[in-house]
Amino acid sequence: MVLQPSLKNCLWLSCILRTPKAGFRSTASGARIVQSVSNDVYQNLAVEDWIHDHIDLEKQQVLFLWRNSPAVVIGRHQNPWQECNLRLLRQKNIKLARRRSGGGTVYHDLGNVNLTFFTTRKKYERMENLKLVVKALKALRPQLDVHVTDRYDILLDRHYKISGTAAKLGRTSAYHHCTLLCNADKLVLSSVLKSPYKGLKSNATPSVPASVKNLFEDDPSLTSEMLLDAIAKEYATQHKIDHHITLINPADETLLPGINNKTNELQTWEWVYGKTPKFSVSTCLNMVYKDSVLDVKVNMDVKHGRIEVCNIDLPEQWLPPALYSELVKSLTGSKFCPRETTTLATTLLRMCPQDDELHSRWNLLCENMIMLM
Amino acid sequence: VCIHRVRSCSSIRFIKSKYVCVFDKSALKFSHQQRLFRTSAVSCGQIVQFKLSDIGEGITEVTVKEWYIKEGDSVSQFDSICEVQSDKASVTITSRYDGIIRKLHYSIDDIAFVGKPLVDIEIDASKGVASEEDVVETPPMSHDEHTHQEIKGHKTLATPAVRRLAMENNIKLSEVVGTGKDNRILKEDILNYLAKQTGAILPPSPKAEIIQPLPKSETVAAAPKDKARKIPVPVSRPIVFSGKDKTEPVTGFQKAMVKTMSAALKIPHFGYCDEIDLTQLVQLREELKPLAEIRGVKLSFMPFFIKAASLGLLQYPILNASLDENCQNVTYKASHNIGIAMDTEQGLIVPNVKNVQVCSVFDIASELNRLQSLGSAGQLGTSDLTGGTFTLSNIGTIGGTYAKPVILPPEVAIGALGKIQVLPRFNGKGEVFQAQIMNVSWSADHRIIDGATMARFSNLWKSYLENPASMLLDLK
Repeated sequence: MVLQPSLKNCLWLSCILRTPKAGFRSTASGARIVQSVSNDVYQNLAVEDWIHDHIDLEKQQVLFLWRNSPAVVIGRHQNPWQECNLRLLRQKNIKLARRRSGGGTVYHDLGNVNLTFFTTRKKYERMENLKLVVKALKALRPQLDVHVTDRYDILLDRHYKISGTAAKLGRTSAYHHCTLLCNADKLVLSSVLKSPYKGLKSNATPSVPASVKNLFEDDPSLTSEMLLDAIAKEYATQHKIDHHITLINPADETLLPGINNKTNELQTWEWVYGKTPKFSVSTCLNMVYKDSVLDVKVNMDVKHGRIEVCNIDLPEQWLPPALYSELVKSLTGSKFCPRETTTLATTLLRMCPQDDELHSRWNLLCENMIMLM
Repeated sequence: VCIHRVRSCSSIRFIKSKYVCVFDKSALKFSHQQRLFRTSAVSCGQIVQFKLSDIGEGITEVTVKEWYIKEGDSVSQFDSICEVQSDKASVTITSRYDGIIRKLHYSIDDIAFVGKPLVDIEIDASKGVASEEDVVETPPMSHDEHTHQEIKGHKTLATPAVRRLAMENNIKLSEVVGTGKDNRILKEDILNYLAKQTGAILPPSPKAEIIQPLPKSETVAAAPKDKARKIPVPVSRPIVFSGKDKTEPVTGFQKAMVKTMSAALKIPHFGYCDEIDLTQLVQLREELKPLAEIRGVKLSFMPFFIKAASLGLLQYPILNASLDENCQNVTYKASHNIGIAMDTEQGLIVPNVKNVQVCSVFDIASELNRLQSLGSAGQLGTSDLTGGTFTLSNIGTIGGTYAKPVILPPEVAIGALGKIQVLPRFNGKGEVFQAQIMNVSWSADHRIIDGATMARFSNLWKSYLENPASMLLDLK
């Protein structure tokens, strides 16, 4: 469909109005509230990208409301190995996503609400947005003790973090998004956000851990839907628009042309892991073999998520030298990823002499290496 | 001479980069002339210091996190230059100019200052510095359509190179959908528009088709009587293809596969194929499927194929053997660890079911379920992926009938199973009936396995599957 740029914006406006009210369309709407019908973190992050790239925010600001099924979301320049327990994520089938905004790592589930405030670069104002959220919470439940800190966090009862903030600025548009804990699973949150990986050295943005609390704990009558509604209402009041939330489907290619490409890009290994800033791993494997414990020093440099340099300090002749060098050569350049390493290691084993002792040593070493990833 | 060359083609971006390359190559060869080339290149363009613009919120410094370009790269206005971070905000810095990056003022993780130079860009002197506005001023052109920058109050964003491409192909920019940032029209958009246009110029009548000059390959298809058939007519205008070859190093798993497959091909393979009538097995599986489901296991055909193979291996153990490197010794493996080739994102992995010789069909099915779910989650461990002695590859789930599978060392045989098709066959009475037919293609190591052994094994395997009740006699 060949559309002129001006028509494209109109299509967006007209297509997504569910119940077009004559009055609504005729007023000069300086803002709009949209909510995603999907709980897929990649689809929702893709919507953010899409709005950022395609909507003329000079004409209207946008508030985007979304929730995700269990996922860990790291900031643009972070190191997932440093930030979370990747092994646990894989076991529990919790998704890992890297967002395009900066900041730290957060855990999302349906008990957490996400808000994205889209404005032009000039109108980018995080404090105002957070004050709006606090005002909405207080209007909903006046007894809640919530306030905004100068680190752009929202604290409950002066002490517990219930919201974290991050932002993305482009050439002409900007967005500020934040989380809000209503009734998230705190046990899962604390277990997935604890990294078991030792010996990592990197310049990636570190997260600042904080004690968290759910709003639900102070007031069990609260639900995520109520929070979303209250914030939408406050936004509508402040922007002088109707309190009308438009639902959008992030899989709708007609409404959001190019959205599926964006969703796919966010799921690629190259984006999620490959964008990790260069880091090094320097640790010691304690391998229990027969009746002794072997201390094996390992040093690796990882760039773009791939092993650039690999050194494994094995006792001499523990593995045939040719085999050892084959392993190191194959690891160099391959992804710092358990799947890849397992496949690599087991494939290489086919080339070895069929010796049970050799096989068990090889498997032991490879399994220990995989634990680092 | 060289100065003249640069000036004449500097406005066409894609040709410009070719000449830049030429300069670099010659610069390498003639070191004493290097300075000569460089100074002449510099004098062609003006170096502009692109300063880091205001981020907002009173921020004065940011950390440089990623460069999207490097020194020597060509950039267009609005291309992303780098990503900087400041206090939880990630900012994409885009170029204000078209030109070539000459200097990066910061490295990754350096602190960059607002108002200070970020990169040096060499822009074409004749064009001058682009203004702060979003619209790029184009050199004067004769056609109004191409300077058409305002359409219904919206500015069409496109770089001069894109505008030229549009003009050369007689395209109105107003008719092109821009897919770049802020609906900017990219080269790809022009090409997509062109591709759609070729369809639109099909001549309506057959007579016109004959008159048009057709390329050799099209003359065969020319049937002028058939009006309904549209024969693609070659476009007279030059089609610009901007796709580039992409070269990547072979790493990780692929590297390992290269080694394994190279070793595998050293094995002299011979093939043996046959057709199996699975009509009875299909029926049996239908009956057993619900029973397995009650026990929480999904029953496919593979457990039957695997168990039948193991029963066959009991009779022909040489197929479950391994030849050492010097071909001095053959080791007959006691365990039947039958591998199932699985296709994953990484590529081919072969988990195996251990000790099939002591497993029931149900045990095998249950184990397969476990391996398959671990496989799709990418969580197969080394013990599941090593120790295989014989492999079956069910390529038929994707498609195909006969195949030429490659033996996976240190094994000596492999079987590829084609898809199950419903085909007409003759029964004992000479009547035609609907048969469920599957093809199998075996490959074996001819150094220690001969054709007769393979054929007999295959026949035995086939007999178990064509008449599943016979498996009962030999089940251990």
